Amino acid sequence: MLQKLLFGNLTLDAIPIHVPILVGTGAILGVVVAAILLLITINRKWKYLWDEWITSVDHKKIGIMYLILAMVMMLRGFSDAILMRSQQALAAGHAAGYLPPEHYDQIFSAHGVIMIFFVAMPFMFALLNMVVPLQIGARDVAYPYLNSISFWLTFVGAMLCNLSLFVGEFARTGWLAYPPLSELYYSPDVGVDYYIWCLQIAGVGTLLAGINFIVTIFKMRCPGMTLMKMPIFVWSALCAMILVALAFPVLTVSLALLSFDRLFDMHFFTDYAGGNNMMYINLIWVWGHPEVYILVLPAFGIFSEVVATFSKKKLFGYTTMVWAMAVITFLSFIVWLHHFFTMGAGADVNAFFGIATMIIAIPTGVKIFNWLFTMYKGRILLATPMLWVIAFFTTFAIGGMTGVMMSVPPIDFQVHNSLFLIAHFHNVIIGGVLFGYFAGMIYWFPKVFGFRLDERWGKVSFVFWVSGFYLAFMPLYILGLSGVMRRINHYSDTMYQPYFIAAALGAVLIFIGIGAQAIQLIVSIKNRRALRDVTGDPWDGRTLEWSLSSPAPFYNFAFTPTVQEIDQYSLDKEKKKNLHSHEMHYEPIHMPKNTSIGFIAAMFAGLAGFAIIWHMWIPGIVGFVGMVGVLVARTFMTNIDYYVPAETVKQTELAHLKEIAHAR
Amino acid sequence: MHAEAAMANEHHHHVNTDATDVFGFWLYIMTDCILFACLFATFIVLNTTGMGAPTLKGHLNLHDILIESLFLLASNFTFCLAVLNLNKKNLLRLQGWLFVSFLLGASFVYMEVTEFFHLAKEGFRWDLNGQVSSFFTLVGTHGFHVSIGLLWILLMIVQMPILKMNDVAKRRMTYLGLFWNFLDIVWIFVFTIVYLTGAI
Repeated sequence: MLQKLLFGNLTLDAIPIHVPILVGTGAILGVVVAAILLLITINRKWKYLWDEWITSVDHKKIGIMYLILAMVMMLRGFSDAILMRSQQALAAGHAAGYLPPEHYDQIFSAHGVIMIFFVAMPFMFALLNMVVPLQIGARDVAYPYLNSISFWLTFVGAMLCNLSLFVGEFARTGWLAYPPLSELYYSPDVGVDYYIWCLQIAGVGTLLAGINFIVTIFKMRCPGMTLMKMPIFVWSALCAMILVALAFPVLTVSLALLSFDRLFDMHFFTDYAGGNNMMYINLIWVWGHPEVYILVLPAFGIFSEVVATFSKKKLFGYTTMVWAMAVITFLSFIVWLHHFFTMGAGADVNAFFGIATMIIAIPTGVKIFNWLFTMYKGRILLATPMLWVIAFFTTFAIGGMTGVMMSVPPIDFQVHNSLFLIAHFHNVIIGGVLFGYFAGMIYWFPKVFGFRLDERWGKVSFVFWVSGFYLAFMPLYILGLSGVMRRINHYSDTMYQPYFIAAALGAVLIFIGIGAQAIQLIVSIKNRRALRDVTGDPWDGRTLEWSLSSPAPFYNFAFTPTVQEIDQYSLDKEKKKNLHSHEMHYEPIHMPKNTSIGFIAAMFAGLAGFAIIWHMWIPGIVGFVGMVGVLVARTFMTNIDYYVPAETVKQTELAHLKEIAHAR
Repeated sequence: MHAEAAMANEHHHHVNTDATDVFGFWLYIMTDCILFACLFATFIVLNTTGMGAPTLKGHLNLHDILIESLFLLASNFTFCLAVLNLNKKNLLRLQGWLFVSFLLGASFVYMEVTEFFHLAKEGFRWDLNGQVSSFFTLVGTHGFHVSIGLLWILLMIVQMPILKMNDVAKRRMTYLGLFWNFLDIVWIFVFTIVYLTGAI
């Protein structure tokens, strides 16, 4: 009895020692983790790690941690992609490939979940954390402590997802876990429970972060920065965060109801006893469609910033850009049904959702033309961020075009759930979201780390990524139109095989691109003195973050800036306004203290999640009570802030001025 | 803004004004609103499956539900009295009214749990069909929120003397007040959509 309460359904059989791929992966991962832990211990960095990072409430450091999480998870998500591509390249006709279906199904489910929730989302929050407070002239986000909680919840969700590799299994249902397949009757093992709880925990973190950034943007802007004078990236972040606040509660409900079905034998989505599985599919897409705009809007913001900076011109059509984003924000909530035209809602309903979907192409087109007109007659500098933007234009236009094709219900009936759809959304998510985030990462890298990334290796990775992308996904359009469905583990018609082999080669090119990015990072760290950004303004930027030193001081702004115009900093530079002065009177700065509560609470949440997955009721209660307990304990703490002495501020600022003078 | 004025405000810049913090809590309430909206939608969809199963109507005791509702609404009134006494800095009365609010809210939860057990005993169980599942989930989620609110009220009773009714304590009372009012509004919808419509 006690054993049941403590360990639930968890037994040693849950560890897959009979699957060689997993044992191999586990062994390598174990060695790597052990090596990292050993290195930290040898160099006595535990205290540094705890004091400076794990307990940090500094938005810039939290941003870096989000970035590391996204990069690490991208390696895992990309390994899944390589496995799938190679399996499909091999498994034609009589050949069965090397992945059995129950393993293959876990791989494509994990690939989707990881790429969306644990790569794209953390990557977006990394950029938001690094940039938004600096662009609006704020010292931090509105709720720094909540920011730490958000990050650690996301982290714990990702780790729970990774744990499913080695303890138990992951869902075999696809990335949205449609019922009835995800119900207990068809998926009796813990795979779907891992899916539910890793997303539930990470989702709460995202929701809290969304609220945090809305308040930050509405309430923490520096004097003079009215809404229509905000940098365009801040606008895109605001729209995306409004979508987070509106959409993520729906995800919470969908996952909760599915878990009730599985835990308590309820009948929300079962295909008997009055359940309605289309209800789940409606709910999950009411979240899921806005989710893709949550990802792509900040990318649009990045493109706008990069295009303006590297064309040495002010952004064309700022106001229309803002309105286009606002319209997209609104429209993204009335198109969810286009993901399942085949549900059979009837011609009227399908026509409404089809037309609403097509209308989205209008504001998106407005944005594309605005970017093109910004480049028109500009002095264009083809640095790596700009290269990604240019690759984005064509790639995203193709993806958008196929999207409009599928928004026509009769066409959608033909290509529904085929590889055509897979090609389409990779076309917009890689070509739109990922290219944008890469551009943003290279663009703001010096602001966060103090040195630029190596351009040469950046260009190498760019070439391989973009050509690899086209080689990997264009064949999928053809295959989809020929009728090949998504998620297949094997196909009997060998006529398809050349296309799958081409796609696999494309994945190899992307792999080389990722390798080049890794080399780029290593080379840049090695050459960081040569690549050092002394002035804090390496690209001749237009917005406030470039007025600071690189990396930005931990208090961001010694003096709260004031703003009269869009692109205030570029205006100041034109007027040769004296931006730095030794004669300033420095004041102490009020800052929040670091806290370990966010980390500890998230760990308890992770324990609770793991316990529910395995029905371990005692650890589950410990996790839940522990989480609530530390959060309540925090409310009794009063010593949570401090003042940075004026002298420290002065020394930091003077050191930056000295460095600039020295460079001249 | 003039540079001098900006500098005078300088070191207060980071300190959140109450308005900023409360705005964030409003946003949280809004997300909770969407959460309930989804549960209501699910209830309405699953409630009309037309199955020949036992319906809520056969087991409903509207009389008890009315008393339950009055407890919850009254607790909101006494909570407002508590806030009045917070503004007057009258600690004992503040704690007293908070405690009355707690008792009223606890009575609500007690009656709800009793109703749940009564329904389950009569065979109206959540694993019966989708309709019953959505009933228990919607009403139960509201009850769970109220229970969290009750723990929060107890926490405030304890914290008020510790924090000496300072600005932080006041702000937390504002949050709690928003939360408690919000749950009343949700209950009005539950009462109308679930119980009154269910009784017809």
